Amino acid sequence: MAELHQTAAHAEHDHKPQGWRRWVFATNHKDIGTMYLIAAGTMFLIGGLAAMAIRAQLFKSGMKLFDPAMFNSLTTMHGLIMIFGAIMPAWVGLANWMIPLQIGAPDMALPRLNNLSFWILPFAFTLMVASFFVPGGAVAGGWTMYPPLMQQFGAAFPMLIFAIHLMGISSILGAINVIVTIMNLRAPGMTLLRMPLFVWTWLITAYLLIAVMPVLAGAVTMQLTDHFFGTSFFNAAGGGDPVLFLHVFWFFGHPEVYILILPAFGIISEIIPTFSRKPLFGYEAMVYATASIAFLSFIVWGHHMFTVGMPVAAQLFFMLSTMLIAVPTGVKVFNWVATMWRGSLSFEPPMLFAVAFLFLFSIGGFSGLMLALVPSDYQYHGTYFVVAHFHYVLVPGAVFAIFGGVYYWLPKWSGRMYDMRLAKWHFWLSVIFVNVLFFPQHFLGLAGMPRRIPDYAPQFTDWNMVSSIGGFIFGASQVLFPYIIIKCIRSGKPIEANSPWDGAHGLEWELPCPAPYHSWQTPPSEAMLAHGTGH
Amino acid sequence: MTDAHADSSKYYVPHGSPWPIIAALALFSLMLGAVLYLDGVAPVWILVPGVALLAFMFAGWFSTVVGENQHGVFHFREDRSFRLGMMWFIFSEVMFFAAFFGALFYTRNFSVPWLGGEGAKAMTNFLLWPHYEATWPTNGPGHVGGRVFSAMSPTGVAAINTLVLLTSGLTITIAHHALRAGKRRMLTVFLALTFLLGFTFVGLQAHEYYDAYMHMNLRLTTGIYGSTFFMLTGFHGLHVTIGAIMLLVIWVRVLRGHFTPERHFAFEAVAWYWHFVDVVWLCLFVFVYWL
Repeated sequence: MAELHQTAAHAEHDHKPQGWRRWVFATNHKDIGTMYLIAAGTMFLIGGLAAMAIRAQLFKSGMKLFDPAMFNSLTTMHGLIMIFGAIMPAWVGLANWMIPLQIGAPDMALPRLNNLSFWILPFAFTLMVASFFVPGGAVAGGWTMYPPLMQQFGAAFPMLIFAIHLMGISSILGAINVIVTIMNLRAPGMTLLRMPLFVWTWLITAYLLIAVMPVLAGAVTMQLTDHFFGTSFFNAAGGGDPVLFLHVFWFFGHPEVYILILPAFGIISEIIPTFSRKPLFGYEAMVYATASIAFLSFIVWGHHMFTVGMPVAAQLFFMLSTMLIAVPTGVKVFNWVATMWRGSLSFEPPMLFAVAFLFLFSIGGFSGLMLALVPSDYQYHGTYFVVAHFHYVLVPGAVFAIFGGVYYWLPKWSGRMYDMRLAKWHFWLSVIFVNVLFFPQHFLGLAGMPRRIPDYAPQFTDWNMVSSIGGFIFGASQVLFPYIIIKCIRSGKPIEANSPWDGAHGLEWELPCPAPYHSWQTPPSEAMLAHGTGH
Repeated sequence: MTDAHADSSKYYVPHGSPWPIIAALALFSLMLGAVLYLDGVAPVWILVPGVALLAFMFAGWFSTVVGENQHGVFHFREDRSFRLGMMWFIFSEVMFFAAFFGALFYTRNFSVPWLGGEGAKAMTNFLLWPHYEATWPTNGPGHVGGRVFSAMSPTGVAAINTLVLLTSGLTITIAHHALRAGKRRMLTVFLALTFLLGFTFVGLQAHEYYDAYMHMNLRLTTGIYGSTFFMLTGFHGLHVTIGAIMLLVIWVRVLRGHFTPERHFAFEAVAWYWHFVDVVWLCLFVFVYWL
């Protein structure tokens, strides 16, 4: 039998390892990408359930579904799970699937390391989610983990810190792999300025990851030693300062925000040209804008802590540097609009999500600009306005881009077309109710409702109800997403051509659908490259 | 271009490997053990299985890769992947140290002077810590860890250790030149000197720590000075230990006849790591011991 397998392996070019070994010992970038996406989807579900619980508690004033400590655990873990468990792994999964296909590489450069980056995650997620069930419950001090509050939780405190260490190791190894793959395994002729923007944005994201994940590791290590080994980093009596944590954390935290959004920019820059049937407007400007955003992300962290009592000169610096980010971001938004200008537009599900991204991410960007102003921030800080802001950039921003990316590339992965009508239902339900969910939170914040509270004054009830109803419908409509994917894989209509999208360019569309298990064993020809890059 | 073409078409993609999942399990058992230990549920020995599994994994994973290399599956492209990977790994380590250096600079330049009433913080000093005068070294207005302690001197063990580490940077460079010139004996001797100097450094540092704890009343718990001193030098010492073990491993490989004058990535990777450890030490010497 084993010998039979051996001969089969030699006979069949597209041989896959069988059974559990295929996944546990995986070195194939497509398999690892799939595992990343499944893990991200699972964590999105868990984080989403926490969100539903939060909106249920906030449905009206005086609700007592959860005690306040549990409510705070839910908000804290919702944030951590969505950031580290859902969005980041989803990006790495997409990177794994698409970067080798898009640059004409046979696989990721360090396949075994790739496996390790993934398989650390299920263990880290277990440690993180299990902290709900230890005495004292999960950490409840907010996802930002500020001391000294953070250090007052029980067994959940070291569990979360070690989970973050593990997730950090995973991210760093994954980012190293992405950089090495892009720098070393591009097909001949795939020069840097011919790379698709998803590859470009991921390259820059990977640099951000390597630069800041170790800093987060340092920050949480200091928390750990302060609590268990008597150091004084965040203890004023010993000469330290709790505010020090804020600086170190946000030095990680702001680049982290761009780690969550830059790959989204990449995906939008793939989808819009395809469905506008025009090359991307200002390709090089897009690359330089991405790099500028990444650079600026390192010098703006103070805007997360304007009210902490920092010198006026520092406030001014952080305010101005933050507002500067609007320039390269504006370049991007205008380039996307210019790409669509006089294009031959069609609105398949990926394009719908991309267009929604354009509008709704911009709303999040504008509220970010408002928050960047020191005097206004004194009013908005710690209110629901901030919650509305970052949910606008992360949900109709990052998450919509993930949806768009999956709807764009799913035919390439599975070789089948999904149910367009259902996907459009998914889109319209999502885009309507994400606004019902988050837009009222701007009003609540401006009216003074603080974030991270289990109950509120009765005058905030109306908009909270609207927001909760939006949340429930938005949450429920996400069930469509896995259903559409599973239905597509099991019974979708097989695709004969290399690309189901007539306007698509890129090396991934030069491969058959589904992409063979081992792709680009021989690099693409110059003709493919010229057709694929289209600029 | 044609060369690169031929190389990339043969890029080595290993088939399934058990080592990554063993690594993930080792890390998980280490972290879970640490949680149980810190929560007082289990003794410190709970960490042993994780450490053992980690050591087993490193030995197994690296032997696999070394074996593959000896069988000639790696070419120019694979070699460059390893190089780039090691470079960016070292960069991530630099950023880890940057967090702790950042803490040192922040406390020395901002939070300690503020506690002493500098700038707009006069009331902090007046109301909370009326008799505190900002100095460095300090263990804060609360005298955390005891009223009297001695600070580390730049002329003691630290100076000797600076010499030791700088010399080791020299010896590994000589070893590298010897390797490239094909002088295997010289390579063996100078590589051995390098890791011996590395372990000497660790030994001297252990002595320094012993002195601090026993005679100087300087501990990890000695306020911000003790915290930054021991965390920075401690993490550095850990890296020196790891680096010295890496040197020992490639020394054994040299004895077994590995590496050629043209191709010796592992040697270079360890050398880069060693120089990184060296540079971090120079920063430590200047900012922690001297200034």
